[in-house]
Amino acid sequence: MAVDYAALKAGGFMRQKQKNRFSLRLKVVGGKVTVEQLRAIADAAEQYGQDYVHLTSRQGVEIPYVRLEEIDQVKETLAQGDVVPGVCGPRVRTVTACQGAAICPSGCIDTYGLAEELDAHYFGRELPHKFKFGVTGCQNNCLKAEENDVGIKGAMSVHWNGEQCIFCGVCEKVCRTKAIRIENGEIKLEENACNHCGRCVKSCPVDAWEGTPGYLVSFGGTFGNHIGKGEELLPLVPDRETLFRVTDAAINFFAQYAKPGERFRFTCDRVGWDKLKERIEEAYHG
Amino acid sequence: MADIQIDERVDITDVVCPVTFVKVKVALEELEDGQVLEVRLNDGEPVQNVPRSVKEEGHKVLRLTDGGDGTYRLLVQKVEDEDA
Repeated sequence: MAVDYAALKAGGFMRQKQKNRFSLRLKVVGGKVTVEQLRAIADAAEQYGQDYVHLTSRQGVEIPYVRLEEIDQVKETLAQGDVVPGVCGPRVRTVTACQGAAICPSGCIDTYGLAEELDAHYFGRELPHKFKFGVTGCQNNCLKAEENDVGIKGAMSVHWNGEQCIFCGVCEKVCRTKAIRIENGEIKLEENACNHCGRCVKSCPVDAWEGTPGYLVSFGGTFGNHIGKGEELLPLVPDRETLFRVTDAAINFFAQYAKPGERFRFTCDRVGWDKLKERIEEAYHG
Repeated sequence: MADIQIDERVDITDVVCPVTFVKVKVALEELEDGQVLEVRLNDGEPVQNVPRSVKEEGHKVLRLTDGGDGTYRLLVQKVEDEDA
């Protein structure tokens, strides 16, 4: 029987140049791999691979040199550590994330939690072409949000609480958009100039700035044969519910209009960015 | 503003991160609960990070003033760690 390479690819088996060998892509969400999973991966790589793994550019783990006829055994070994194959091909790929607010002092949002929720909603969904989500915790952008078809960046809407303030001036100093000025014993925030980075909140030595987490979303990033930075088409997205309405609208737009083998960016170029913007604005406003 | 009594002084203008914070931390450890440390620190990265780190360690930032010469003066009151 002929080998169904498309089906294998959908199940994370990447055909190697070496005959009958596959690099098995594993499912990883947000770059987090438990010790138990690492043990199972090590066992599988030792028994069915060549004693090593490859870490992919998008936080994936692959076990090269797996034989086609050993697929079931390797899956069984991996299952013991709760590891399952990932995906390749025209569908929603690994959701990537930095460590975010759980670990990083700069993080504005719970990136892991969001990556898991995105994964639960979309991972593996069949589409005209690959579709990537990436979540980064803040504007330092360690996870490079704009490389993704949909990139999500942690941000904050900020509010000054005068009672706590000692007027030290640190917030004015750290603000990169010069949105903060100290004037006559008051701190003025120019809302239009604020880029929601949250650095005032993070650097304040007395908690006089309060920050409410939100999301900046970019659309249509691609970083392969063609390079294009995702476009930010919306104001700060204030909550998860709104965020998922927006991501639903974006992915449904892609599913509806894309030609087979066409990346999101080029669908937008062809169909019209205005049309996408209209859809996601509608979703944004509920 | 009423004058604050300073119990100890430390100058961190001659060191860089992370030694800046380490020097402050060590100086605070020498103090009793409620005593005040004056820190002389550089503009730029130290002034953006040291006051916040001190707060995150549980101490109280009382004042931060611009010396106008590229340095700042930070007053921190030691708050004893309850678990210590």
